[in-house]
Amino acid sequence: MISARDLHVGYGADPVLRGVDLHAADGRVLGLLGPNGSGKTTLLRALYGALVPDRGSVRVDGEDLSALSARQVARRMAVVVQEHGDHVPMLVADAVLLGRTPHHRGLGGRTEADVEAVTEALERVGALHLAGRRVGDLSGGERQRVLIARALAQATPHLLLDEPTNHLDVRYQHELLHLLRGLGATVVVVLHDLALAARYCDDALLLHQGRVAAVGGASDVLVPEVLEDVYRMRVRRADDEHGPHLTFSLPGLASPP
Amino acid sequence: MSAPAPAHDLSLDVPSAAGPLGDHPARPVPRRRSRGGDPLGLRARQRRHALVLWGLAVLLLLSALVAAGLGAVAVPPATTAAVVGHQLLGWPVEPTWSVQEQAVVWDVRAPRVLLAAAVGAGLAVCGTALQAMVRNVLADPYVLGVNSGASLGAAAAILLGALAGAGQLALPAAAFAGALGASVLVLVVARGSGVVTSLRLLLAGVGVGYALSAATSFLVFASGSAEGARSVMFWLLGSLALAGWGLPLAVVLVVSALTAAVLLLLGPRLDALAIGDETAQALGVVPAVLRVQLVVLVSLCVGVLVASSGSIGFVGLVVPHLARRLVGAAHRRLVPASALLGAVLLIWSDLAARTVLAPQELPIGIVTALVGAPFLLHLVRRHHATT
Repeated sequence: MISARDLHVGYGADPVLRGVDLHAADGRVLGLLGPNGSGKTTLLRALYGALVPDRGSVRVDGEDLSALSARQVARRMAVVVQEHGDHVPMLVADAVLLGRTPHHRGLGGRTEADVEAVTEALERVGALHLAGRRVGDLSGGERQRVLIARALAQATPHLLLDEPTNHLDVRYQHELLHLLRGLGATVVVVLHDLALAARYCDDALLLHQGRVAAVGGASDVLVPEVLEDVYRMRVRRADDEHGPHLTFSLPGLASPP
Repeated sequence: MSAPAPAHDLSLDVPSAAGPLGDHPARPVPRRRSRGGDPLGLRARQRRHALVLWGLAVLLLLSALVAAGLGAVAVPPATTAAVVGHQLLGWPVEPTWSVQEQAVVWDVRAPRVLLAAAVGAGLAVCGTALQAMVRNVLADPYVLGVNSGASLGAAAAILLGALAGAGQLALPAAAFAGALGASVLVLVVARGSGVVTSLRLLLAGVGVGYALSAATSFLVFASGSAEGARSVMFWLLGSLALAGWGLPLAVVLVVSALTAAVLLLLGPRLDALAIGDETAQALGVVPAVLRVQLVVLVSLCVGVLVASSGSIGFVGLVVPHLARRLVGAAHRRLVPASALLGAVLLIWSDLAARTVLAPQELPIGIVTALVGAPFLLHLVRRHHATT
């Protein structure tokens, strides 16, 4: 469980988050949603300690984040950030092995268990065949798999992801989110795509100008009344067996031919 | 809400009829139950890299033996080995060589070859660490401005007689003091009121470097001593001519070895930092803290190296690239490979420096630049070709 209370974060004088509460329940997928600049990524970064909040606190499984070392945090939360490291001539196997770093002690040599975990992780994202390739030579989708595999190899109860569907084709976007749902981990994922959020998130937290505009079950958050306010667009919603479907249009503009 | 979920168990299968990730035609996932074999290709690679490292170690030994035998008085490698064996192990017991050969090999060249190896290895591992730290392939051990501080110290010792009380040790002591001062200055400036980022470090290092170089040039210009200016110039380009058995050599050997050992231990953290700050943080490494630790370690090491032999260029820039070609980017292998390659490169460069224009000595920096620049140009061409 990850929870945050009254988070205030600012870069310099500009406050980005102004009093955000968050609760990510075990085994559920929480989507962090909102327009550009609403503070989604900042919130995620505060959750894993990359940013220290000006006010408020984050708790992981009941423990205050600021009382944990970066290493201890990394044993509880794996984070998928948008840094591919394609400037480093590193092989995929080595890149994923890095996910084991927080578990190493002392001299920290590679163990059989590490190799096992990395093999499993690569297999789960369907990238075992890439093990001997260089990260820099991979396609965008393949790189994204490698990053997810590293997080899986980290074997943590919680998983945080910042826009993991960026640069992915539509099929892999769905595959990826489906995979996340099947992990049984606490997942907190920043998403731009509200349709994907509607389909794959259990819960949603909608940010608007650094404040929580709506929070709750994804289906309850993604309603036209709320979204029209936040995105300043006309929103229609139709539900079927796949969940809610959202259609957006700019007010005052005719729909495209 | 569902029952409390376990930490995501890696043996779970993706629960799906369609089998996402599984049935994509382009990437079939083989069901593999027996864990035999080498699915990641790690063992095969490990063997290959071990072979490379042992090969480099043998090359280093042979280079040292050959280099200690060559010069104004040529001594065959077998005799060199015998002299070294006699001195270190007491075997062979009876000398079959002349007193002169003994003196040349043991008193003059052996310490010089050792110093070359230690300085080369130290500069190479420091370059490796810095390239990871600032994520720039053009970084070398001198981007932190440490050598400019050392140069200013050395110039003060040569031209103004600073620390003259220290006698023989005045030059290295003044140079080291200068290096220390420069690195403290860089750290303070880079820290400012925030965290130490790569860019701030680079800017601070370059800024402090230029300022101190200007101060050195001013000293040289203002002193009006042609002889002194020549000494400073020679020192700036680097030379191992001051090598001898004694405290400075011991310090350089110990510091180089310790630095390499610490960087080896930090290997996986360096890997994470080389990818990016966010990645490092996600893996439990606080980037700003690691960077400060690295700056302190590298500055101390480079300070000692430059104090002993001047600012020898290109080794710390080129060797990490060469080593990466041989063993890849993971620092557990890159650091030892860089150390061995750097040692070999500097032994041969020093040999060239003292034999090409014999009996006159070339500053070794000229040799390393002559060897290093073409390699760098080759790298630029390749870089262009692959991106």
